[in-house]
Amino acid sequence: MSDVAVQHVSAATAAYEPSLFGTYSKKIGMWLFLLSDSLTFGALLYAYSYGRISTPNWPTPFHSQSIVNATIMTAFLLTSSLTMVLAVRASIFGNTRALRGWLVATMICGTAFVILHGREWNNLIAEGLTLPVFPSVPGHEVSKEFADVTKTVPQFPGTFFGLTGMHMLHVTLGVLYLGVIAFRRNFIPAMYLLWLAAWLGTPSYSPFHYGAHVILAVAVVCTIILWLKPKVYDASDVEVAGLYWHFVDLVWMFIFPLVYLMSTRIV
Amino acid sequence: MDAVQLELAAKVAEQHRHHGKAQFFWVWGILLIITAIEVYLGYQNMEPVRMLSILMGLSIVKAAMIIAYFMHMKFEVSAMKWLTMTSLVFCLAMMVVFFPDAFRILHLGVR
Repeated sequence: MSDVAVQHVSAATAAYEPSLFGTYSKKIGMWLFLLSDSLTFGALLYAYSYGRISTPNWPTPFHSQSIVNATIMTAFLLTSSLTMVLAVRASIFGNTRALRGWLVATMICGTAFVILHGREWNNLIAEGLTLPVFPSVPGHEVSKEFADVTKTVPQFPGTFFGLTGMHMLHVTLGVLYLGVIAFRRNFIPAMYLLWLAAWLGTPSYSPFHYGAHVILAVAVVCTIILWLKPKVYDASDVEVAGLYWHFVDLVWMFIFPLVYLMSTRIV
Repeated sequence: MDAVQLELAAKVAEQHRHHGKAQFFWVWGILLIITAIEVYLGYQNMEPVRMLSILMGLSIVKAAMIIAYFMHMKFEVSAMKWLTMTSLVFCLAMMVVFFPDAFRILHLGVR
């Protein structure tokens, strides 16, 4: 019986050209998406660099507190890449328990990154480094240094929040993606609860308050998709999710030195 | 997935099984060390262009390690490696062609 199955598969394979990339289509599709997303971030980083070069008085206002925070965030993201690769390995060996454990570890590291980043945003906005679209933080003294930066070089907060916000969005989507892979439909009510907790449990001026709606959008999309096409995710799905997660880490490897380290305030 | 895709996925899974876990820990450790070097450099009073060149170089090394080992590109077929990486580098390089304009703007006298 198994010989017949093998012959059938081999016959099916023989009917098609061999895959140009020697791998399955889902993986190639994810790589193509990642290439296009790389160009998106490449364009954003290029625009940031162009703006910086062509602005003679570009500030370097990040105190050591910001740099330490960003370094810890980088460590979390690198660790999450390690746990993700171990999750892929567990899925290939068919170890469901280890797979789920490593996926949860990856999600925890990703969530820690988002929370630290959101808190950093909150502090910067409260101290005066802000955009007109952000609500002001009541009862917090604005720092003259950051207020000056916002007034004289508005491209600085524009590029900073644009770049890091786009990246934070990708990390958040990645964490939710991994949750769906790990827990499938059981994760959907968790997403709705998380959205409610983030929305109701944070003040209206907090980045977490308005950023929480990303979770709602993903929850609605996943509800529709998993209701229309319920699926059991296999090792190939975990590998493809892993590719996305490593890409998110990869982009941070460029954002961290270009945006943070090149804007360090050296006393 | 259809039979062809399942067979391809099975082949890829078999390739993965031949790699040990140790290499991932080594890569993770090296990435953390390079990050520490970058943070140290960030606090040196260096000329910005020189600091930028070194930081970008280190970032490219980190990116290459993540793509090669974590994203498994090192073990893919040559066609995939060459087609994906060269097309990406070429598109990014095409953007970089316009950088001299950024330097020129400083001297144009436009307010």
